[in-house]
Amino acid sequence: MSEQLEPLKKNEISVNDVSYNQVETGESVGALGHAKGFWITFTKMFKKPLTVEYPEVKAPTQDRFHGRHQLNRHPDGLEKCIGCELCAWACPADAIYVEGANNTEENQMSPGERYGKVYQINYLRCVFCGLCIEACPTRALTMTQEYELADDSRAKLIFEKEDLLAPLRQGMLMPPHPMYPGMDDSNYYKGDVKEAHPSQDVN
Amino acid sequence: MTNDVVDMITVVIDGFEVSVPKGTLVIRAAEKLGIQIPRFCDHPLLDPVGACRQCLVDIEINGRAFPKPQASCTIPVEPGMIVKTQLTSPVADKAQKGVMELLLVNHPLDCPVCDKGGECPLQNQAMSNGQGETRFEGVKRTFQKPINISSQVLLDRERCVLCARCTRFSLQIASDPFITLNERGALQQVGIYENQPFESYFSGNAVQICPVGALTGASYRFRARPFDLVSTPSACEHCASGCDMRTDVRRGKTLRRLAGDDALVNEEWNCDKGRWAFKYVTAVDRLTTPLVRNEAGELVSASWPEALAAAAKGLKAAKAAVLVGGRATYEDAYGYSKFARVALGTNDIDFRSRVTSDEEREFLAARVVGTSTRYTDIDRADQVLLVGFEPEEESPIVFLRLNKQVRKRALKVTAVATKLSIGVEKLKGEFVKTSPGQEAAAIASQALTAKSVILVGERAGESAGALSAVAVLADSTGAKIAWIPRRAGERGALEAGAIGNLLPGGRPVTDAAARVDISTVWGTDSLPTHIGKSTAEIFAAVNSGEIGALLVGGVDPLDGDDSQAALAALEKAFVVSLEIAPSAVTQRADVVLPVAAITEKSGSFLNWEGRPRSFDEAVQDSHNRSDLRILSMIAQEMGASVNLATVTAAIKEIASLGKWDGARAAMNKVSATAAPSVSGDQFILTSWRRLLDLGTLQKGEENLAGTSRKTVAVISPKRAETLGVVDGDQLKISTGFGSVTLSALVEDIHDDAVWAPRNSRGSQLLVNLGVAHGAVVTVVKA
Repeated sequence: MSEQLEPLKKNEISVNDVSYNQVETGESVGALGHAKGFWITFTKMFKKPLTVEYPEVKAPTQDRFHGRHQLNRHPDGLEKCIGCELCAWACPADAIYVEGANNTEENQMSPGERYGKVYQINYLRCVFCGLCIEACPTRALTMTQEYELADDSRAKLIFEKEDLLAPLRQGMLMPPHPMYPGMDDSNYYKGDVKEAHPSQDVN
Repeated sequence: MTNDVVDMITVVIDGFEVSVPKGTLVIRAAEKLGIQIPRFCDHPLLDPVGACRQCLVDIEINGRAFPKPQASCTIPVEPGMIVKTQLTSPVADKAQKGVMELLLVNHPLDCPVCDKGGECPLQNQAMSNGQGETRFEGVKRTFQKPINISSQVLLDRERCVLCARCTRFSLQIASDPFITLNERGALQQVGIYENQPFESYFSGNAVQICPVGALTGASYRFRARPFDLVSTPSACEHCASGCDMRTDVRRGKTLRRLAGDDALVNEEWNCDKGRWAFKYVTAVDRLTTPLVRNEAGELVSASWPEALAAAAKGLKAAKAAVLVGGRATYEDAYGYSKFARVALGTNDIDFRSRVTSDEEREFLAARVVGTSTRYTDIDRADQVLLVGFEPEEESPIVFLRLNKQVRKRALKVTAVATKLSIGVEKLKGEFVKTSPGQEAAAIASQALTAKSVILVGERAGESAGALSAVAVLADSTGAKIAWIPRRAGERGALEAGAIGNLLPGGRPVTDAAARVDISTVWGTDSLPTHIGKSTAEIFAAVNSGEIGALLVGGVDPLDGDDSQAALAALEKAFVVSLEIAPSAVTQRADVVLPVAAITEKSGSFLNWEGRPRSFDEAVQDSHNRSDLRILSMIAQEMGASVNLATVTAAIKEIASLGKWDGARAAMNKVSATAAPSVSGDQFILTSWRRLLDLGTLQKGEENLAGTSRKTVAVISPKRAETLGVVDGDQLKISTGFGSVTLSALVEDIHDDAVWAPRNSRGSQLLVNLGVAHGAVVTVVKA
């Protein structure tokens, strides 16, 4: 480069120095033009409306709608999440925070050695892209079709593990409890465990 | 060594010429060109082994090619060598992919639960040099997982790729061959000996160099992923070795520390204490606000201006002295040093909160301050003499350096000591047995040369005459002296003049020119001229009423030999305490000011070489102030100007002082005291602190404490026979002050002596017995 441009100094330029042109508004559309526009409105009055009366009426979402996340459980109630943080790693919005911890004999939360001790999703950041779901190696994290996520404070929109965990269904037992007798974590992933062991008190 | 002419050999790697010193391995010659050959077992500081076969390349020498690809980590370069790596040779590339495939055959797919995930050489190189798709459809070999090979190291054998880095480290670097490869074939596995856990002081390094997640640390297990961590280069605050470190912080909490790479100091290693003892910052209830003692005698929270005013008033009202403690950074120690002279107008300052002597102080001024014996001097030494110094327990990296030279060139190590230690045994050292307190005579009889190095520990000061004998020996032979204290801040505090007989930079307080030097920079009219009191003298002066106020840094009053006097003095005087957590000092203080912990501030330590080891703040925004800042604020309140608001300001001011080129302080020769005669059940006590013990900075580390050595009382075979004691019997050691009862161990120790750890579980000698070295105690079978 032979010459460098001198940068403009702040006081060397003012709004009044910039040239501008009047926007041309064109000619009036006339009565026919107005009639043409209102005709479209008129015809729509006889068609079935596409909108629904939300929140009184709630239309079902598409099957693959990306809604609020859910942390799933194995059929015996143990958590599927192993706290590996791959979801947090995949997240383009840095919306997920995970801390893993050791499963112990007294405190077995998931099959195997590791479970997610802290699990937070910040719905102020989440863009519902679903990359976390793709990253999850145990299918612990999936998305529900729930979309009503508005609230009145920032703190309430950081969902904790309790908010995200799937409810206990038939045959499930609230962790912590030991793994199904005779089964190890790979049996859980293969789907060999169908329910909590009868010896484990399920109400 | 640097002057030696090195033969250079030129080889061609992937079509590029490179010249490297003779003996360089092909894999490292390639590194020099920026060509990365994948590897697992290769480590620059371990002997080549060629265990993993991942680094296969095609090699041709003078037109003759090897028939098959060769492991580049085991073959040194030769003239006329042409190397083709995976980048240019399809054969090498295929071979590497094949090896990777075989390594992965039995490797479990548990990356999501593996701590190494995200920073794993196997993951990375499987991506860069692997097949991408698996063709293996069989059942993987499984092992029970994980198994504890010590309380702090877990082994997951399924993940192991049998690179033998951990076993080679333990054997070649630490000389703790407690792990080995067992079995053969697919069942080959790393294992420990039956009944012998992996209790090495250096086991953390094996975890760090494991190229897969087979060895993991218990305290970091499942805590974070690499992308969660903010890493800060730091220096170790545990001992005077001065290891380069990396501190990894997640959300304001230190989760792990790793050894940094500094070839001149710690190479790539550190000890387990440096690696795993960091919870003391968070495990204790930290002080958060200043505390001031009210009229009712209770410590209550106060605002900073209130507390500073109270501190200033109290320090002004009476003659005051300063106790710094051995853990202060160089800059903080300089702040204390300046504060004592400028704000308090006294030389009554001492950083040595331990058993001390005046001989030691003179030795430090005459022989240590401003000198620079280096790790490289150990590398070049023809002989190393250890005096009052147990390297493995008191400065582990010095031990590793000695061990390296012992292994490499059979360096002669001589230890003048009361008891043969495990460390000296590992160094194959000559053990010169002395009775506690009689080291001087043994030192005097040593034959050294000008190429020898004398490593003097802080315990040498506990035996009268030992340091004088060291000085005489060094003068007569030309051997170099290095003083290796245990605590990280002591050398820095010495250089900063936080001691009664020296001003900053090793300037004697009695030298008028030295005082002019300092007062010019500090902008004061004059500086105190008397030689200040030592720690014990300061406590005595408080108890006699001569001194009325104390400014105390990180000091444990139970570290000295007269803890009762220390506690009484702290009760009596007006005490201003700068501390991170409640302690015996803060309980008795009148004003307590919370300060930043090491992780929350920047600064530097000087290691035993006098080499600056600087570190940045690892935990940002803690809002805690450094000692330096607070001292400046108190001084301002007192109407004096210390004016060191930041570490940078302190560094600048220290630099502006320059070097002292005047005469060194002289040292008066002290002769040894006569050995007390012992008979019957009388013994002379000797002790040292172990690396892993009840130290304040090891609080909250159960896993680490699990590998500390057994607390035992050691007596000689001859005395054991007379007492009728065998290994494992209970021995009761007592003084007029108190007693401890420990399991007996009969070992190589002077017949007059009984040894016990100074500050271990069940054996806190200074607290339990009131003495630690050289005193006559009674030992009976309990």
